[in-house]
Amino acid sequence: MMRHDFHTIANWVKPGSKVLDLGCGDGSLLKFLQDTRQARGYGVELTDANILAGVKNGINIIQNDLESGLSVFESGSFDHVILSQTLQAMRHTEAILREMLRVGREGIVTFPNFGYWKNRLQVLRGNMPVSDDIPYQWYDTPNVHLCTMHDFEALCIKLGFHIRERVVMTAGTPVRFLPNLAGSLAVYRFGRVQ
Amino acid sequence: MQPASSVGIVVPQTAHFTTPLTLKSGAVLPCYDLVYETYGTLNADKSNAILVCHALSGNHHVAGVYAEHDKKPGWWDNMVGPGKPIDTERFFVIGLNNLGGCHGSTGPASIDPASGQPFGSRFPLVTVEDWVESQTRLADSLGIRQFAAVMGGSLGGMQALHWSIQHPERVRHCLVIASAPKLTAQNIAFNDVARQAILTDPDFHGGDFYAHNTRPRRGLRLARMLGHITYLSDDVMGSKFGRVLRSGAFNYGYDVEFEIESYLRYQGDKFAESFDANTYLLMTKALDYFDPTHHHASGKLSDALKPAQADFLVLSFTSDWRFAPERSREIVKALLDNECRVSYAEITSGHGHDAFLMPDTHYHSLVRAYMERVAS
Repeated sequence: MMRHDFHTIANWVKPGSKVLDLGCGDGSLLKFLQDTRQARGYGVELTDANILAGVKNGINIIQNDLESGLSVFESGSFDHVILSQTLQAMRHTEAILREMLRVGREGIVTFPNFGYWKNRLQVLRGNMPVSDDIPYQWYDTPNVHLCTMHDFEALCIKLGFHIRERVVMTAGTPVRFLPNLAGSLAVYRFGRVQ
Repeated sequence: MQPASSVGIVVPQTAHFTTPLTLKSGAVLPCYDLVYETYGTLNADKSNAILVCHALSGNHHVAGVYAEHDKKPGWWDNMVGPGKPIDTERFFVIGLNNLGGCHGSTGPASIDPASGQPFGSRFPLVTVEDWVESQTRLADSLGIRQFAAVMGGSLGGMQALHWSIQHPERVRHCLVIASAPKLTAQNIAFNDVARQAILTDPDFHGGDFYAHNTRPRRGLRLARMLGHITYLSDDVMGSKFGRVLRSGAFNYGYDVEFEIESYLRYQGDKFAESFDANTYLLMTKALDYFDPTHHHASGKLSDALKPAQADFLVLSFTSDWRFAPERSREIVKALLDNECRVSYAEITSGHGHDAFLMPDTHYHSLVRAYMERVAS
């Protein structure tokens, strides 16, 4: 099944753009962008299984640990740098966001919104949330830095990033009213403050 | 019976070239032979050919066997064959012995037609560039305009890389495995110790030991022992040999006591009987000289790789300290700088540099998956 954020991301990627997909998994997003937007680019992944899946998927995939930075990529060499549902699993959150806007003109980030009401409800009940977008038990999760939309936007201000667009959705359906409460998945497009 | 996944019994062939080859050193080879083997079938439009370049002590015998009960198949038999990662049901694979080699191609032990004696010390130094040039002539003679892929490990990876720079239109895919853009000082140092072992052997006779009916066995053996140590990892040596003693106790002498000593001496002896000392000198020098940035004013690898058009697969192995993953990442970075299509994987292995010859599942799956792309 195609992930809900793919179409939103594809809408923001201009045809023929050069994209870098960080934590690209099996490469399905990059393949989708190649097929629908004639994008050129690379995926970056850490795990062996995903590297193999990416090669099978026909994308250019580079094995690299995002936590160690993106020194293999030159500054300003991409139109879009995408971090799709990986931000919450990063230890060096600020560092990777800065690196994104070093190597690219624009960053695209998607993450599960911890402020989503169902997540809040589970916390109110005294449990860590488990949902479609955060499908892990607390003791068995790759996620180390969960955040709400408010939190992410505050970080962007701190880093001097300008949020150009945001789409919030729940089960694939866009949410416009009270997004930080009603949205389970947040998708942001940002650049440097002009 | 050979297993179904073997290319079976193979026969080397010899191509004779009479157009003089001017080498990088300026020396000219008026004529020369290249020995090669092929596996699989060249298709009608000659678009399915894969060139496999060999490493330091390798040769043209990549896959298959020479006789029904031959126990020693080609050096990459686990990689090349029907249904194997390099599938000979789809691809036409060529292995050749490089110029200067000692397995049939013209080299120091060959008879110099001018004198009727072995070339010996008079055989010129050849470089990776010279090998690639000689390989283009073999490709021409087989009617292959463009290779589906050129590939190799270690020194073979350097040849594949040079192919992609020197003849970009002739290489669709390039697989550079356990290689480096150029050797480090430490690597050159290891090579020189190996060469000094050979050069200072009293049986070397300045390279003309053939006339003395001898060979510098001691030097070659030491060179191989040193090389062998650097191709393995500390872990694999530890797990394979540890500190195991042959007699179970210290003998307080200089005979073989530890299993690792016995193993290295055995490998060294075997190599000294089968390999030509001049070829070893020449191949290590070719390794030392290789540097695509040598003629570039900027000295930048990305500038040197600018002409490359191929799709690349670059692979390295975690415990390879002689051609470490960092060196492969230099190649990857230069390819990224040029917006080349490239994939890179760092394969977890305890086998050191030799890992590229081993049948690791993940490694072979990656090559197999990439070859799907080459075939389509």
